[in-house]
Amino acid sequence: MIEVKNLHKGFNGTEVLKGITTTFLPGKTNLIIGQSGSGKTVFLKSLIGLHIPEKGTVAFDGRLNTEFTQEQKMQWRQEIGMVFQGSALFDSQTVEENVMFPLKMFTRKSRAEMLDRVNVVLNRVNLENSNKKLPAELSGGMQKRVAIARAIVMNPKYLFCDEPNSGLDPQTAIVIDNLIQEITDEYKITTVINTHDMNSVIEIGEKIIFLNKGKKEWEGSSEDIFSTDNEAVVGFVYSSNLLKKVRQVYLNETK
Amino acid sequence: MTYLEHVGKYFMMLKRVFRKPQKRRVFYQALMKEIEDLGIKSLGIIMFISFFIGGVIALQTALNLDSPFIPDSLIGFAAKRSIILEFAPTFCCIILAGKVGSYITSSIGTMRVTEQIDALEVMGINSLNFLVLPKIIAALFFYPFLITLAMALGIFGGWIAGVLSGLFAGSDYITGIQTDFKPFLIVYALIKTVIFSFLIATVPSYHGYYVKGGSIAVGRASTQAVVWTTILIVIANYFLTQMLLT
Repeated sequence: MIEVKNLHKGFNGTEVLKGITTTFLPGKTNLIIGQSGSGKTVFLKSLIGLHIPEKGTVAFDGRLNTEFTQEQKMQWRQEIGMVFQGSALFDSQTVEENVMFPLKMFTRKSRAEMLDRVNVVLNRVNLENSNKKLPAELSGGMQKRVAIARAIVMNPKYLFCDEPNSGLDPQTAIVIDNLIQEITDEYKITTVINTHDMNSVIEIGEKIIFLNKGKKEWEGSSEDIFSTDNEAVVGFVYSSNLLKKVRQVYLNETK
Repeated sequence: MTYLEHVGKYFMMLKRVFRKPQKRRVFYQALMKEIEDLGIKSLGIIMFISFFIGGVIALQTALNLDSPFIPDSLIGFAAKRSIILEFAPTFCCIILAGKVGSYITSSIGTMRVTEQIDALEVMGINSLNFLVLPKIIAALFFYPFLITLAMALGIFGGWIAGVLSGLFAGSDYITGIQTDFKPFLIVYALIKTVIFSFLIATVPSYHGYYVKGGSIAVGRASTQAVVWTTILIVIANYFLTQMLLT
């Protein structure tokens, strides 16, 4: 479980996060949604320590990440898997080397053992026979799957994904969403996803947090989001006519 | 940012670079790759330039010392001094600052803007140590060899130019090379090379690591890195010459 209390972060005098308090549940797919510029990425990077918050705390299973010793911090880092928006695969390394990289850095396994583990996770993300390819030779969806494989290769307790299906076609986006949810259930990981893909919200959002101008405006489940009266959430989530009709149908059926 | 802030940030960067590598085997692999990228891949251009510039130095010296009172062996002597003292260590390192410096900045800068450096940090890897230390060690280890080769090829290029042009006899040129040979001058050139190698590896790394923005910012940082590395090499050259030769 990740508990966030009163998180503040700013850049050059502009406050981006204005006191966010929330909890991310273990074994669940937690979604952070909001418009571009609402502070989603800054929030996610503050959770994983890439940004240092000015105020507030983040506790991982009761352990404050600001109070870690250097050794504990290293240990904590290895409990985290991160899928970046642009995949962030190492260009000069093959798929196999990318996925093997954390194992090489942090374990004492033999090459054969590492290769076994790499093949297990690559199979898990349905990427057999791509071991020797370079990231540039892969499609966007395949790159995302390699990034997921790299993120889970160390059996993390926490998985963070920044816009995992941005730039992907709707069909591939659903594949990626489902894959993340399956992995979350399978490994009982605390998963936190940044997204503004409404399909993801409806399909996999077990807990949803809506950020608006750096503040937590709303939180609830994917079912709550259909019935909420919060104007900002309704305005953001149901901005398209199609989704407005979907919501109307849902509300009519539940009356 | 003021210049002073950049200097402070540069030294703070070095403090994080000079840590014990987290995994020795991975570090050696990175070091071998950097020796290839920064050193071996620069061999061709340095050999080519050294040979021809050596030839030009000898020809220019011969053409400008055209007097019956000056022995032809002085051409070899002057060419040797010019090549060992300045051309090989300084000129070649400025060429390397352009070739290797822009490569270092653009490769690290691209890693920064595509979040690959963030990925390393999230994994718990000291990204500066992982990316920059192998480059520094590779440059410090390989460039003295490269510059020694440049000296030899430059002097050889001068001899070939004399023989082919007929402006001076090859035997006179060799006599000039052997005249008043001081081994300290080689040591001086190698000390300069080591200092310049450090600048070539670290200044572009600094510009790449702290780049902000996208591809245009990376391009701009590469240009700045080459300019600043060249400026620092020229300034260091002045002070080293004063310290070591006066």
